[in-house]
Amino acid sequence: MNGTAVLHSIIDGVLTGSVYALMATGLTLIFGVMNIINVAQGIFVILGAYLSYALSVHLGIDLFVGLAITIPTLFVVGIVVERVFLSRIKGPERVVMSILVTYAISLVIEGVLNMVFSVNYVELHAWYVNRSVRVFGFYLPYIYLLGFALAVVLLGALYVMLYRTRFGSSVRASLADQTSAALVGINVRRVSTVCFGLGVAVTAAGGMIYGATNAFNASSSYDLISRLLVIIVLGGMGSIGGALIAGIMMITIEDLVAVVWGPVWSNLAFFLILVVVLSLRPQGLFGKPSVRVA
Amino acid sequence: MLRARNVWWILALGALVLFPLIETNPTYTTIGVFALIFMGCATSWNMFSGYSGYINLGSAVSYGVGAYTLTLLADHLHVPGNGDLFWLIPVGGLAAMIVAVPVGLVALRVRRHTFVVITIAIFFVFQLSAINFSFTGGTSGLQLPLIPWLETNYNKPFYYAALAITVFAALLSAAVRRSRFGLQLLAIRDDEDRAAGLGVKVFAVKLAGFTMSAFAVGMGGALYAVFLGQIYPQFVFDPIFDISIALMAIFGGLGTLTGPLLGALVLESMQQYLTIRFSNGSLYLIIFGSLFLVIVLFMPQGIVVYLSDWRSRRAAQRVEGARVVVGEAS
Repeated sequence: MNGTAVLHSIIDGVLTGSVYALMATGLTLIFGVMNIINVAQGIFVILGAYLSYALSVHLGIDLFVGLAITIPTLFVVGIVVERVFLSRIKGPERVVMSILVTYAISLVIEGVLNMVFSVNYVELHAWYVNRSVRVFGFYLPYIYLLGFALAVVLLGALYVMLYRTRFGSSVRASLADQTSAALVGINVRRVSTVCFGLGVAVTAAGGMIYGATNAFNASSSYDLISRLLVIIVLGGMGSIGGALIAGIMMITIEDLVAVVWGPVWSNLAFFLILVVVLSLRPQGLFGKPSVRVA
Repeated sequence: MLRARNVWWILALGALVLFPLIETNPTYTTIGVFALIFMGCATSWNMFSGYSGYINLGSAVSYGVGAYTLTLLADHLHVPGNGDLFWLIPVGGLAAMIVAVPVGLVALRVRRHTFVVITIAIFFVFQLSAINFSFTGGTSGLQLPLIPWLETNYNKPFYYAALAITVFAALLSAAVRRSRFGLQLLAIRDDEDRAAGLGVKVFAVKLAGFTMSAFAVGMGGALYAVFLGQIYPQFVFDPIFDISIALMAIFGGLGTLTGPLLGALVLESMQQYLTIRFSNGSLYLIIFGSLFLVIVLFMPQGIVVYLSDWRSRRAAQRVEGARVVVGEAS
C-alpha cells in the first residue's frame, strides 16, 4: 500500500459515491416530503438497470441515450405506485406501514425481473465501460467520469427545480411542515405524488451507472437498499445536503478501507461507521434533533 | 372458573400437541416445526415491537446468534449427536439476550423510524461478520453432529421443542401484557414524551423489553440449527426473516397476544407449502408479495382486530335491531 493507491481510492470513491448520493437524494426527498421509507428504491435501481440492458441489447440504444426513455418510464412507475398503493396508507403507523408496502412491492418486482431476465448476473456494455483515461497519472475508467458528470448534472437539475421554481418552493414548504404548507394553499397531495415520481426517476440514472460498473441480478437490490438507507440515516433523514455528503463520504471510506485492510472489511466498515456516528449523534450528521415524533 | 376464552386456548394447545401423533407424513410435520418456530419468534418479537411500537427489523440478529452459539458450543464441548443438543437451546437464547444489550444501547437512542433503519444496518453488520470471520466458517457454514434418529419419528422431538418455546413465549408475553412493565411499554407506544413526563424510565424500559424479546428468538434460531444440522450465514442471518416476523405479527394483529401466533401459523405454513408447491422461486415471490400487499393495505390492523371489529359491529347491529323492536312496542 502506498500514498498513490490511497489517493486513487479516494478519487474512485468520490466519483462512484456521487452516483450513490444521487440515488440517496431521491430516497431522502421521498422521506422528507411524505414520511415514507421507500424500501423499494433498491429494486427500482435494478429495474432501471434492466431497462437500460434491454434497450441496449435488443434495440441497440446507447446507455446514455436510453436514459431519455428509462427516466420518464421510472417517473411514471413511481407515480402509479404512489397513487395505487402508498396514498392508501394512513394512520399513526404510517412509516412502518410504508416500509412493509414498499417491501412487498419490491418482492413482486423482484419475482417479475427474475422471470423475465433469469437470475444470471448481467452487465451493461458500451465502448466507455471497459476503457480508462489517464488523468494526472491515474487511470480512471470513462464510466466513472461519465457517471460522476451525470450525477452532477441531475443533482444540479434537482437543485434548480427545488430552489428556483414555484414547484420547488411548494416541495420545500412540504418538507418543512406539511400542515402549514396545506394551510397556505399548497396541494400537498400533488406535491407528494410528483416527489415520489422524481425520487424514483433518479434511480433510472443510478441504475444505469450501477449496471455498467457492477454485474447485477434482481437480488442485488438488497445490497443497494441497505447502503442507501445507511446513507440517508447518516446524513440525517430528510436532509438532501446530508444525503449528498454522506453518500460521497461513505463510498469513499469504503473504497479506502478496501485498499488499506482488504475488500472483505469494507462492507463491515460501512455499517460500523453508521453505528458509531449514531451513538454520538442520534439525529445523523445533518438532521434536526427529533422532538415529539408521533 | 373456566372462561370461554381459556377453553379456546386449551383446545388450541391440545390440537397442537396431538398434531404430530395423528399426522405422521414428514412433509407436513416439517411444516409444523417451522410454523411453531416462527410462532414463538413472532410472539416474542411482538412482546417488544408490538407493545412499544419500536419495529425491530433486525430480529434475525438474535436468531443467528442463537444458531451460531449452539453450533459453536456443540463443536467445542464435543456434544454427541443426540438429545443432549437440545439442552444447549436455552444457552443460545441467553447468548442472544447478551448480544441484544449493546445492540439496544445503540439502536434505542433514536426514535421510531430511525430505529427501524438502524436495526437493519446492525443486522447487516452481523451478517457480514458471520461471512468474514473465520470462527464462523464463513460462507461454507458449520455442521452439527448428525442425529441418528429414525426417519419416521425424526421430526417429533423438534416439534415438541418448538411447541415448548412457543408456549413459553406466549406465557411470557401474556405476563408482560398484564404487568406494570407491559403498561409502560404500551405508554411508550402511545406517547413516549408523555410517558417520560409521567415518570416512566423510557430508555431502561425499552432496553429491558428489547433484551427480553431476544431470548425466545435466540432459542428459535438454536432449534433451527439443530433441526437442519448445518447453518450458513445467509440462512440464519436472513433479511427475509426480519421482514417475515414483522409481517406475521402485523398480519395477525400488532400488539395483541393471539395475533402473532395466528399470523405466524397461517403465513409460515402457507410459505412452506408454496415453496414445496411452486419450486419456481420467482412465482413464489410474486404470490407472497401480492398477498402481503393485500394484507397491509386492506387489513392494516391485522386479522384478530379485523374479526373482533366485525363481531362487535354485528353485535351493535343486533342491539340496534332490538331497540327498534322495543321502540315499536312502546
